[in-house]
Amino acid sequence: MAEHMTVEEVKKHVKVYVMVFAALAVLTVVTVAVSYLDFTIGPALIVALIIALIKGGLVAGYFMHLISEKKVIAWVLIVTVVFLVCMFILFISALSDQEMSMLYDVVGRYVA
Amino acid sequence: MDLQIPYEVIPRRDTGVNNAKLGIWLFLASEVMLFGGLFAAYIFLRMGAEAWPGMMIPDTTTMAERADQVLSVPLATLNTMILIASSVTMVMSWASLKLNDFKKYKLYMGLTILLAFGFLIVKAFEYGSKFGHDLFPSTNMFLAVYFVLTGLHAIHVTGGIIVNAYFWGPGTKMWTQGNDHDKAHFTNRIEVAGLYWHFVDLVWIFLFPTIYLL
Repeated sequence: MAEHMTVEEVKKHVKVYVMVFAALAVLTVVTVAVSYLDFTIGPALIVALIIALIKGGLVAGYFMHLISEKKVIAWVLIVTVVFLVCMFILFISALSDQEMSMLYDVVGRYVA
Repeated sequence: MDLQIPYEVIPRRDTGVNNAKLGIWLFLASEVMLFGGLFAAYIFLRMGAEAWPGMMIPDTTTMAERADQVLSVPLATLNTMILIASSVTMVMSWASLKLNDFKKYKLYMGLTILLAFGFLIVKAFEYGSKFGHDLFPSTNMFLAVYFVLTGLHAIHVTGGIIVNAYFWGPGTKMWTQGNDHDKAHFTNRIEVAGLYWHFVDLVWIFLFPTIYLL
């Protein structure tokens, strides 16, 4: 809980903030460097998302103090992620629906 | 009946956190769904597209095979660094208040606002370059996704500037003219404003590789 930090704890945190900044800057350079490697879209997406997740984790964990936050905040985020994943599944299902209906059309024409 | 919700910075016994903090996290959860919906639409459109970005490289007759042939990666990388730096200055402004150093708070919050303006100026150059090549949101699906996602993010940056500028200027009366109780409230406000600002940084961390580099 960030609001109950003592002066000594805040001073320690300031050093951590600077280290996190350095890590984020290095990871940004790595993100750009990796994009110039000749990956196909699949591996490129996975590598880019892994680096983005690490960077996002650093920002949320240290700058937003999520690492030491109360359970209620974690629950808010867990519920949010569940809803987010459901929404992504809905969108991707809609795409596969579209492909299936195209397949049915082709099969229907062939059978007819 | 005059019902008032008390503004306290002490954690509630039932939630374990103060109301402002729970409130901002709930707001950020709704923001995750807002940007998440647009990201989902982006994935949907991209998976369904025959070619992506599906347009010529500006000033050539060659078809672009990657987004970075159309968008400016150096400018976007610069903007990533600017936002990361502004997240650090934001958290340092909060830490300065915790250390009771108001001058440093003003310095770090001022830097946060300047960096945010820097981000918008770079973004304006980027947009200007696109408009100069007659590339608009209506041109094609790729540019529609690019302008909507980065435009919505830029609106969030603008919102952050307004809030942070208030806490750098007139809002500081709460600290300079207030007692210890008011100072604790002001520090709480900066923490909450900081949570919003870090979220804006967080969104960009995902926008940058997915829109510009893939």
